[in-house]
Amino acid sequence: MILLRVLTLTMIFGLANVSPVVAQNGPLRIEITEGVIEPLPIAVPSFVAEKPIARDMAENISRVIVNDLLGTGFFREIPRAAHIARVTDFDSTVRYADWKAINAEALVTGAVSISDGRLTVKFRLFDIFSGVPLGEGLQFAGPESAWRRMAHKVADAVYSRITGEGGYFDSRVAFVSEAGPKNARRKRLAIMDYDGANVQYLTDSRSIVLAPRFSPDGNRMLYTSYETGLPRIYVLDMASVKRRVLRGTAETMTFAPRFAPDGNTVVFSLSQDGNTDIYRMQVDGSDLKRLTRTPSIETAPSFSPDGRRIVFESDRSGTQQLYVMPSDGGEPVRISFGRGRYGTPVWSPRGDYIAFTKQNERRFHIGVMRTDGSEERLLTTSFLDEGPSWAPNGRVIMFTRETAGEDGTPSLYSVDISGRNLRRVETPGSASDPAWSPLLP
Amino acid sequence: MKTLVKTLLLITGLVMAACSREGGGMFGGDSGAGYDAVLPDDGGVTPESVAYFQSTIGDRVLFAVDQSTLSPEGRTLLADQADWLLQNVGYSAIVEGHADEQGTREYNLALGARRASTVREFLISRGVSAARLRSVSYGKERPIELCSDEICYRQNRRAVTVLSAGLSG
Repeated sequence: MILLRVLTLTMIFGLANVSPVVAQNGPLRIEITEGVIEPLPIAVPSFVAEKPIARDMAENISRVIVNDLLGTGFFREIPRAAHIARVTDFDSTVRYADWKAINAEALVTGAVSISDGRLTVKFRLFDIFSGVPLGEGLQFAGPESAWRRMAHKVADAVYSRITGEGGYFDSRVAFVSEAGPKNARRKRLAIMDYDGANVQYLTDSRSIVLAPRFSPDGNRMLYTSYETGLPRIYVLDMASVKRRVLRGTAETMTFAPRFAPDGNTVVFSLSQDGNTDIYRMQVDGSDLKRLTRTPSIETAPSFSPDGRRIVFESDRSGTQQLYVMPSDGGEPVRISFGRGRYGTPVWSPRGDYIAFTKQNERRFHIGVMRTDGSEERLLTTSFLDEGPSWAPNGRVIMFTRETAGEDGTPSLYSVDISGRNLRRVETPGSASDPAWSPLLP
Repeated sequence: MKTLVKTLLLITGLVMAACSREGGGMFGGDSGAGYDAVLPDDGGVTPESVAYFQSTIGDRVLFAVDQSTLSPEGRTLLADQADWLLQNVGYSAIVEGHADEQGTREYNLALGARRASTVREFLISRGVSAARLRSVSYGKERPIELCSDEICYRQNRRAVTVLSAGLSG
């Protein structure tokens, strides 16, 4: 079993005290909440290899940065063949006119050096229209093997400066890898970089596994497995890949686990005599407390980022709908009122939206609404879309899309919260139940 | 569940195909069985056999969309299951609840739990000892019919009584 490398990338220093960050409403600015966006033309010449040995690495890093940025749908790459200026020295003066001539609005330059297996990547971002650098240059250093992470960090900084939103490229996605026919699916827990690179498997396929969820620090995962014959919740330590059953629940079915923001409290569903309610507990198995007490189905709980409230689904009204209750239980307030059924609510890490699955007239949708249920917006539609998970910046959602019929298979898709930029996420085979990690340290 | 029930289905000879592909479908192997028994016309199917329970009595009941109430036919079938269990005390059973694919994963787990529990409670009400009966939900994880139409869905919305030899813990 491959261990997950926990590495710390060091952000060494700002490279220069060049001019201040362009004002909020400067020309180089993308507002993510706007409906229609003309992609911003960006030029990313291959990063300068400061030693010949770093040439391939410099090119690979440049490609990952470009892929990250293009993957957001907010950028359009100006092909290198069109570039007039050649960047051969990271510190040389930028010839804004040459970039303006090819209609680039943003320019990313960088340099890569390798020394004793240690990789250093530096970059600068320029606002071509204004003719100024956008923010300070930055430098990242780390082991050579972490080159993708460093590329993601550069792309996160570029994205963040231009959109004003937090980045999300330096993150991972846990998911369930699926194989075999529908009636005998083999499922394994897997994890990969957010863009599908570096897939690693965390369990074998002997038992059905479902719905992984990260701890707030990303070091542990909760998931459901049929290892004992019953669906039960497990805690997986990411560094050692060791798992243990969540203690404190007797021989009952437990599922739909999720961490609270404190990283110690777990909320989940427990089925007793056919009735499913929501419970909370410490991850060490202590302080089991029942939060709902009805004959209806209560499941899919998710904490608000401040830990004070829980959104969940219940069919107490006769159909699946969304409710919010205080995190220690108490009277729930229904927040979904549209047509159809609502399930799998997930509170955005920014606290502003709740993502959900909606079923209506035999179609499934991923949608978002404000936390009081207002401003409901459906982002997708298909035969079967379900199980949204938020990117660390709360602006992109990944979910499962399954096709119909005997050969129906699930895949991962992402979409941004305006409903734009629907994309399939590459995985080695069929995949379901994505869980987006927090931004890596 | 201390005494993990051996997944030895006491089926004679030819009818081994009745059990699931993953070799048992019981605790320890989570295939969620429920495959139709493939049986010879007659040979060797005695009223005490698992094959008789599966094919002649019927090992499953079906449910309406998003429902867990028993139909009149379902109650009749389960009454026969209960009688069989009362006469064949060497067996215990796990009731597996299933849902079709029209539903979110976790809701369907809860729905399957409702269905399994409905069947278990019915069998208990007919005199079968609760200690012999457990239940588990597979949600939509183990359909038996693969198409995405009602003709398949109705077969998948089921609760299957899966026998095993010996008493469960």
